[in-house]
Order: sequence, then structure tokens, then C-alpha cells
Amino acid sequence: MNKIQQLFKNKKNILSVYFTAGYPELNDTATIIKELEKNNADLIEVGIPFSDPLADGPTIQDSSSIALKNGINPNLVFKQIQSIKNQTNIPLIIMAYLNQMIAFGEDNFLEECKKSNIQALIIPDLPISEYKKKYKKMFEEYNLSNIFLITPQTSNERILEIDELSDTFIYMVSSNSVTGTKKDIDNAQIQYFERIKNMNLKNPTLIGFGISNNKTFTEACKYANGAIIGSAFIKKISEKGELKDKISNFIKEIKN
Amino acid sequence: MDKLINNDGFYGEFGGAYIPEMLYPNVKELQDNYIQIIESEDFAKEYKELLKNYVGRPTPLYYAKRLSEKYNTKIFLKREDLTHTGAHKINNTIGQILLAEKLGKKRIIAETGAGQHGVATATVCALKGLQCTVYMGEIDIKRQAPNVARMKMLGAEVIPASSGSRTLKDAVNEAIRAWINEPEDTYYLIGSVVGPHPYPDMVARLQAIISEEMKMQLKEQTGKENPNNIIACVGGGSNAAGAFFHYIKDKDVKLIAVEAAGKGINSGETAATTQIGTTGILHGSKTLLMQDEYGQVTEPYSISAGLDYPGIGPVHAYLFKDKRADFLNATDKEALDAAFELTELEGIIPALESAHALAALKKLNLKENETTIINLSGRGDKDLETYIKLL
Ligand SMILES: Cc1ncc(COP(=O)(O)O)c(C=O)c1O
Repeated sequence: MNKIQQLFKNKKNILSVYFTAGYPELNDTATIIKELEKNNADLIEVGIPFSDPLADGPTIQDSSSIALKNGINPNLVFKQIQSIKNQTNIPLIIMAYLNQMIAFGEDNFLEECKKSNIQALIIPDLPISEYKKKYKKMFEEYNLSNIFLITPQTSNERILEIDELSDTFIYMVSSNSVTGTKKDIDNAQIQYFERIKNMNLKNPTLIGFGISNNKTFTEACKYANGAIIGSAFIKKISEKGELKDKISNFIKEIKN
Repeated sequence: MDKLINNDGFYGEFGGAYIPEMLYPNVKELQDNYIQIIESEDFAKEYKELLKNYVGRPTPLYYAKRLSEKYNTKIFLKREDLTHTGAHKINNTIGQILLAEKLGKKRIIAETGAGQHGVATATVCALKGLQCTVYMGEIDIKRQAPNVARMKMLGAEVIPASSGSRTLKDAVNEAIRAWINEPEDTYYLIGSVVGPHPYPDMVARLQAIISEEMKMQLKEQTGKENPNNIIACVGGGSNAAGAFFHYIKDKDVKLIAVEAAGKGINSGETAATTQIGTTGILHGSKTLLMQDEYGQVTEPYSISAGLDYPGIGPVHAYLFKDKRADFLNATDKEALDAAFELTELEGIIPALESAHALAALKKLNLKENETTIINLSGRGDKDLETYIKLL
């Protein structure tokens, strides 16, 4: 059982936080991970910045381009994570686009993930068909789970297929949008959350995209095993002030 | 060319649909319907009718006598510059707007580089009374101002893409994000043979009219079945795909694609993708693209906004790897010289993009009895500001 599976077994209302590696400063990665763990976040998604993040809204785009200007690259991200391997226990997910993994060499990339104690990957532009054809076996060799996304428009049939292919959790995109766009949760979204809940999938679910505060986090937790916050966290750590304080304040606000 | 692609949208190793789940329903809808719609009698009739009476097709195949004399060979120009709106782009937008209509779409979004595709999209949206939003890089908005004005007059909203290199690549990113965010009745009208399957195949089919006409016209005018060479410029590659389409199987025809070298292929300021690119994924398809060791897409450069793109359509990546097409390139300066040469010898001011195709003449050493067709993809009105500086 991987650490994330264990987490879902033992805990409800899971808070997963996404951040862009190399932002705000090149070497903030270790601090952010340690502080998130200290303040009781449950799960962390480390985004490796990409020049053309198609699935991301302005906040993550901007943080990515600043991080790239700061000089971040995958090698450095893996090094940063490996440097605190013995000081942290919080489960980690890597988020990257497929082109980054291909350019790095898929086997090298997965090897580095394994060395960094990464549990799972989110590759938003990796299609299911390609995963089955090529990547499933590779990921399994390195003990890495693939996290699939579903949206309000994903058909039940496809959701069942994704449930079959998943073993850790399913990432429920809260509305049909790129990251960081919506504010409040509306009725159509609640219907969608309920529909998924009633499907009784074998995998737990986390709701992400547009979760930004205590209200939306609490709402999401009613329908799923927890939620994922990205853009709102990035916005918070972009503000003035001490990084550690901003992180602890943010988690406090969310968990209230 | 449509025979080169398999059911999953791959030309050999290139193509496919590498898209986030948020786009899956949109793309799947197109994959499931495009061939059936394009091949339906209904569609074909309306498409041909509009191409004839609205676009002004067939475009002439013109024997360029003085240009031929200068190079001591036989040169024909396929006059896509004479279409309504002034470039080949309209062939594709007419086709896709009909398709969008058949799918019941109400809003159209598009990206544009030179603004020709934006204008062609705004035009067909006006024609059909559909709402139109065009994404355009901030830099391109400046260097192609006349086209921005045309789009606005045609009723389109032009939204600046201000991320990355602020050119065509970033306009595509913004358009794709908008396609994710907009409701289901929004149609993304792509302007070249790029993007996730089925766009590359769909756009190639809609541009195939170019080579369909070439075949008939050349036969009629010269009695020849085939030319020796066909030359076209490649940004994403739609005019080249259209010009090559019906000649792919005719191995006696040399297909010559011309990329923009910018300030030179090794200058760090170039858009000659096949020369410095490697295999990767951009805008939903696997293709050749300009990128660094970590897969970050590098910023391209060309004086020509329509060629200023760090990738090429997957069909061209395939033709390049398969050696079915020769890939040449022309610098800014070579393209400018070629534009002035054509203007002086034939009284035709070409688009800067098309001028890259013309610039290949100096590199080819064509023989006296060889016949060459150059696809003159567009006219130069939009580039006058650049040209005037050199007068
Ligand atoms: C006149 C003209 N030719 C060529 C191109 C390049 O596009 P493609 O390679 O898809 O033909 C453009 C793009 O804007 C154009 O306006």
C-alpha cells in the first residue's frame, strides 16, 4: 500500500496543496514542503513548471514562468525534494506535462521520482489510451500511481474505466475550466459531485480546481474524500511577508 | 495525404490527441463526426458553392513569365492571394464554419498569427451570424495592425495573448484554454494543420482544394500531368498540406517545404523547426518542435508572423522524417528580397509568409525544362508597413 492509499484509509477531509516548484524563490521547495507538513496539510502536489501549461489558468501560468526565470528545472526539483527526504513524511505527487517527461527520458524521470519518494504522478495531457498502451507498465515498475482527472462532462462509462485504471485516487475537476477560475460552488457542480458520490467508485476522490477558501473546501469535503487547492495557495504565498507565516495562516484559514 | 493517417490520428509516430480530460468531450465530438460531415453531400455542395461564389475559386494558376525567364525555368504561381480576404486561410474557415454549424455550435474562437486566419474566421462568422473571438499574440497585434482593424470591423473581439513569446504559440494556448472554459456550444476553429487529432487531418482536407485545382489547371495549360516541383512555405503547414495533398502518391513530384530561418538557423532567432527541433508534444499533438533539454518550448522568431511558430503540423514532421518532402528555409532577408523581386517582375506583392516560398528559387538551381508550382499563399497588403521601411 502506498502512503496516499494509507492516508485515505485513515483520514477524512483530506487537504491536498499544489505549489509550483521554484516559486516564489528558486529554493523555496524544501521550506514549502516542510511547512505544509508541519501545519497539517495531508498531501502535496509539486508542480514542475512548464513553458506551455495548457490546463492552467493565469495564477499557475505566472508562477510557472517566474519559476522558470528563477532557473528551475526538473533535475533541481528532484534534488530539492531528495535533500529533505529524511526530514519529511508527507506523501508527494509530481505534476508535470507529458513533454517534460519525454524530454527528460521517461525512465530517468520515473527513476528520479522513485528516488524522491514520490507516490504518484499527475500528467494532465497524458491520454488514457496512451497510458494504457505505453505508460501503465512503466509506472508500475517504479511503483508510481497515475492520477486521472474527470470533469462534469466525463461520461459514466469513461469514469468507470478510469476507476478501473486507478488505484490511489481520482482527481475530480470541479467544473469544466482551467485551474483557478471559479469562485463559489453552484448547483450544477453539486449535482455532479452527487452523481459521482452515488457511483460508489472503488477509488477515493479529491475535488480540485476553484477550491480556494474554508467555504469551498468544506463544501467539497461533503461529497469527496477531500479537496485540492492550488491557485489560492499560490496567490497567498505571492503576498508580502514571511513564507512560513503565510503558509501556516493559509492552512489555518482553510481548515478553520 | 488523408491515407497517411491512422484511426488514432497518427502519421507514423506523429500526431495523436494529447489533451487534458477537460477537452476530451470537445475533441471526441469532432473525431467522431468530422469525416462523416465533410464527406456528406450536403456539406460538399455548400462548401464548393461558397468557395466558388464567395471565396472566388478556382484561383488562377499563373505562368510567371518574367520570373521564369530570370531563373531560366518554368514557374507557375498558385494564386491563393486572390481569394477573398487574401490568403488560403479562408478555404479552411469556410469548411470549419459549416462543420460548426452542423454541430449546432453558436460561438467561435480562433487563434491567429499574421491575422489572416483571424480575418478569415471573423469573415465566415459575419457570413453566418456567429459570435467570434480571436486570440492574438501582443507582438503580432502590433506588427499586423491592418488585420486587427479588419477583424474588429468584421465584428470579432480580438483578445491579446500576453504570456510567453506573445506570438502565435501563445495565442493557441489561450484559445485552447478558452475552449476549456467556454460552454459546450463553443467551437474552436484552428487555422493550421496543428492541434489534437482530428484538426491536422481536417484542415488538410479542407485545404486540399489547392492541389485539386492545380492538377486540373496544369494539365489544361501545359498538357502535363504533374509538375517537377511544388514549393510552399510552412508555419503550421496548412497551405503546404493543401498544395501537397493530391501529390503525395506521385513520387515524381518533388515536394519542397520552406521554413522561416529568421536571422539564420543557428542564430537563436529562428522558426526553422525541422532544422533545430526534436520530437515532443505541443498543442495536443506529437510533432517536431523547438525545445530545450527539459522540454520547455523555445521562443521562435521570424519577421513573418504567420511562420513564427515553434512547431510544425504532425503531417509535416512525418513527411520530413520519411523524406517525402524536402525542407528548406529562408532568412528574413532572403524572404524580403524575394518579395521585392516578385513585385518588380510580376506586379504581385506577396505576403511575407509566401515570400519564404519564393526565396527557395535561389537555392534550387532549377533546370530549363523543369516545371515548378509555387503556392502563393497570400497577398502582401498586411505587410506593407514592413515593406515600406525598405523602399
Ligand atoms: C499568407 C500566409 N501564408 C502562410 C501562412 C502560414 O500558415 P500555414 O503554414 O498553416 O500555411 C500564413 C499564416 O498566417 C499566412 O497568412
